Amino acid sequence: MNWTWFHKFGSPPHIYRIAGTLAPWFGWPAGLLIVAALFAGLVLAPPDYQQGDGFRIIYVHAPSAWLSVMIYGVMATAAAIGLIWRMKVAHAAAASCAVIGAWFTVVSLITGMLWGKPMWGTYWVWDPRLTAQLVLLFLYLGYMGLRSGIDDLARADRASAVLAIVGVINIPIIRFSVEWWNSIHQAPSVMRMDRPSMPMDMLAPLLMMLLGFTLYFAAVMLVRLRAEVLRRERSASWIKEALQ
Amino acid sequence: MNSAANSAHFVRTGALAAALKILQRDLRLAVRRPGQWLQPLVFFAVVTLLFPLGYTPELDKLRAIAPGVLWVGALLASMLALDSLFREDAADGTLEQFLICGQPLVGLVAAKTLAHWLLTGLPLTLIAPLLGVALGVPVAAMPGILSSLALGSVTLSLIGAIGAGLTLGVRRGGVLLSMLTLPLAVPVLVFGARATELAIAGESLTGVLYLLAALAVLGATLAPLAAAAAVRIGVE
Repeated sequence: MNWTWFHKFGSPPHIYRIAGTLAPWFGWPAGLLIVAALFAGLVLAPPDYQQGDGFRIIYVHAPSAWLSVMIYGVMATAAAIGLIWRMKVAHAAAASCAVIGAWFTVVSLITGMLWGKPMWGTYWVWDPRLTAQLVLLFLYLGYMGLRSGIDDLARADRASAVLAIVGVINIPIIRFSVEWWNSIHQAPSVMRMDRPSMPMDMLAPLLMMLLGFTLYFAAVMLVRLRAEVLRRERSASWIKEALQ
Repeated sequence: MNSAANSAHFVRTGALAAALKILQRDLRLAVRRPGQWLQPLVFFAVVTLLFPLGYTPELDKLRAIAPGVLWVGALLASMLALDSLFREDAADGTLEQFLICGQPLVGLVAAKTLAHWLLTGLPLTLIAPLLGVALGVPVAAMPGILSSLALGSVTLSLIGAIGAGLTLGVRRGGVLLSMLTLPLAVPVLVFGARATELAIAGESLTGVLYLLAALAVLGATLAPLAAAAAVRIGVE
């Protein structure tokens, strides 16, 4: 099998060019999808019979919660690739994932709190998923802290890669333990966002938003990756040509 | 006469013998500098005794929060002792000798982790019943507290070793070390505190102990690999 295409990804100029070409192809559809999904979710979808219009925050909350976990997976995968094949570009990709993932976690936490105020009567309930999200935020912060704490870039790359992999093994265990913990301490009557079935006119905007957010992540990640590559390769000669 | 057999024997048990030597050395160092393992214990005791002062001296109320207090205290005390796990050995070049001595680094790191548990996890476990009495925990709960802390602290040491290895390259790694390790320790805290709660309530805690044991086994299988990788990155 020919692996040239794979090894080409290890070349900074190549990845810089590809990322620049691809970013708008993700960015524009993402913008269109998010606007369309906002319209469909906030205007077209009917109000919930129980929660009224309050449920509409799900269109931001659920996709960002989903992405916050997925981005950690992407980050850990990139970090593992970087660690195994010693590919600097993969480390750069992992580094550019962290901030986006942390922000999505923050967004999901804030929207969850805003949703909780009218539904639970309080901004914060030790709901298993809110708690797991909070722990995830700390995992992201730890990753970024470790990265910024080590001066030597190559060492920071590899150390943070090990942390990301340890974290990705731990996330399911943390989620399980928090679910388990909550099943003991919390009354089971808490209203949940996941209902067994959701009518199509409510579900469709959610799926659109999910796809939109995912594409948005891809676009922003590629732009951040370009910046990260530029920063790392600032003394390389190809930069001059690329920037002309 | 049997020097060939002897050397073959030596090669075969080399990794284990080297790990045992490291364990011996760390324990001997601890005996000569008792502060190293006494300080986390004192810290644990002080933190625990702050709660009656800061919250309430009523034993009934303290008993209700005793699981959380004991586990958070043990967790923090264990973290406190972690910073010195690899740092001194990195500073004086011992870790570099680990890398070039030809023995698998995983075994050496596992030995150091075991030493850390023997010097912090085990003493913390043994002192916990005493602190439990101060929090109104009934004597009948002591076996449960001992067994859950003994199992849980193994996992804490294992996770901590990864964090200690990763923060080798950080100048002031203490706070960062806690920041990396505490979120990873959430499952241990959840199961451990629950086991203690059950023990205080006088109920069966077998199921929770199994979960703690599962975490310890998983940690013992994977954590030394990650810690060895972290140490290698930190020293190279």
